[in-house]
Amino acid sequence: MTPDLIYGVTGIAVFGIGLVGALCAQERLRRVLALKLCSVGAGFLLVVGAWREPPDTPDPVPHALVITGIVVMVSATAVALALIRRLQTLEAEDDA
Amino acid sequence: MTDPLVIFDLLLALAIVALAIAALSVRDLYAMIVLFVIFGLLSALAWVRLSAPDVALAEAAIGTGVTGALLLKTLHHLRFASGQRSACMTPAIPVPTGVMLANAAFCGLITLGLAVAFLGAPAAGPGFDALVAGAMPASGVDHPVTGVLLNFRAYDTLMEVVVLLAAVVAVWQIERGLSDAPSPEMGEVWQGFARLALPAIVVVGTYLLWVGAEAPGGAFQGGAVLAAVGLLLLLTRAYVPQPHHRGIARGAFVLGTGVFALVALLVAGGGRVAFEYPLDHAKTLILLIEGMVTISIAVTLAALFHGREPVALRKEVRHDT
Amino acid sequence: MLELFAATLITLGTVFFIAGTVGLLRFPDIYCRLHALTKADGLGLALVAFGVAILAATPGAAFRIALIWFFIAVSSATCGHLIARHARLAEGGRHD
Repeated sequence: MTPDLIYGVTGIAVFGIGLVGALCAQERLRRVLALKLCSVGAGFLLVVGAWREPPDTPDPVPHALVITGIVVMVSATAVALALIRRLQTLEAEDDA
Repeated sequence: MTDPLVIFDLLLALAIVALAIAALSVRDLYAMIVLFVIFGLLSALAWVRLSAPDVALAEAAIGTGVTGALLLKTLHHLRFASGQRSACMTPAIPVPTGVMLANAAFCGLITLGLAVAFLGAPAAGPGFDALVAGAMPASGVDHPVTGVLLNFRAYDTLMEVVVLLAAVVAVWQIERGLSDAPSPEMGEVWQGFARLALPAIVVVGTYLLWVGAEAPGGAFQGGAVLAAVGLLLLLTRAYVPQPHHRGIARGAFVLGTGVFALVALLVAGGGRVAFEYPLDHAKTLILLIEGMVTISIAVTLAALFHGREPVALRKEVRHDT
Repeated sequence: MLELFAATLITLGTVFFIAGTVGLLRFPDIYCRLHALTKADGLGLALVAFGVAILAATPGAAFRIALIWFFIAVSSATCGHLIARHARLAEGGRHD
């Protein structure tokens, strides 16, 4: 067993867990977090694809892609969280 | 393989999957966020094992640190807004079991397909290793990931900075006039910690930016670490955003995108393809772009944490009352 | 010889980490748990950091490990304080 196999399966598992969470979770905050888990799972797969047996250096292109993905994900998360805060406020005003 | 590190890999992989499940199944939302932060840090550790220190740094700083702070801030806001009515956090209509089962089956199918694709893929697919290694002397930097990010695939990175800019514009618009939960009183120990940590964070962030040319690090990691300065200042209330600071903030948001695009246009104007930096100035140009992008990232992430635009709130609150 | 010394320190540090984790799992309330965690992990971290610093290739690396130890120690102490403080406030107790 090599690290790429172990972490590749980990990435797939994390992606699957995140997908289930994104579709089935009740709270909005949990759904956003589940999507973030999906992105981490996808990141795992890309990093695993870039991995080479140790004396060789890994492929830098997927690494750059994952870094880009992480930054895009934090932007998307921030917008989603702002929408959640807004919705919550609107609901509270409706109830009052 | 009799590598003892395989045991470590297996344990780490198990912990990561267990934490992902735990984060989605724990009832308390605060516990969920804490579990997610641990999950993110362990993922970063796994990426170090896969010899991807740049990605690990970015995940630890942005994917876990900043995202965790954003989630905690939102949770604080939700708990404050809902008061005692914690039931408000779950939708009133329960989802039918059939729908849940269909969803789960659908997810299982997709995951299974992914697994088949991954396990059936050729062992060592052709990568970009050789291409990047061959082109590195022309990139102006010594670290391949930085070379890819700021030279070979600079369009991607430019778009990424634009996405960040779009996010902060969207958040300011969404939160217009939203009342904010008062930030919690953190106590004197925290204030002392902030005083001690602030200079250290500035040094670490700048170091990460500078070292990106030849070693793991770079604009995104450095910017995220510098964003922590903003978070500390906001949480200690050493800095309270004022309405008349909006202009400076807006300038800082667009600084990275502006300089990045300007360099591309100037290079293109010189009869070259955009981002085909002249070799003599490549390192200078990359450092210039990285420096400006770092400032933008730091300010943007701190603004995303702070949320609403400073002036809009005051105006509309006065208007409401 | 130096390697053996370093290995002993790291092992000893790990023992403290395990003790802290056992305390976290077994102690009844949040203050006892924090006590176990901050004290045992603080010492464990110091021992591990010292052991790793001995093995470090260059004085610069050893210095960086020392810095990392210092900042983790400070931030874990602050975290422990913040958690305890929050717990006390949540109980309705007056903070001093």
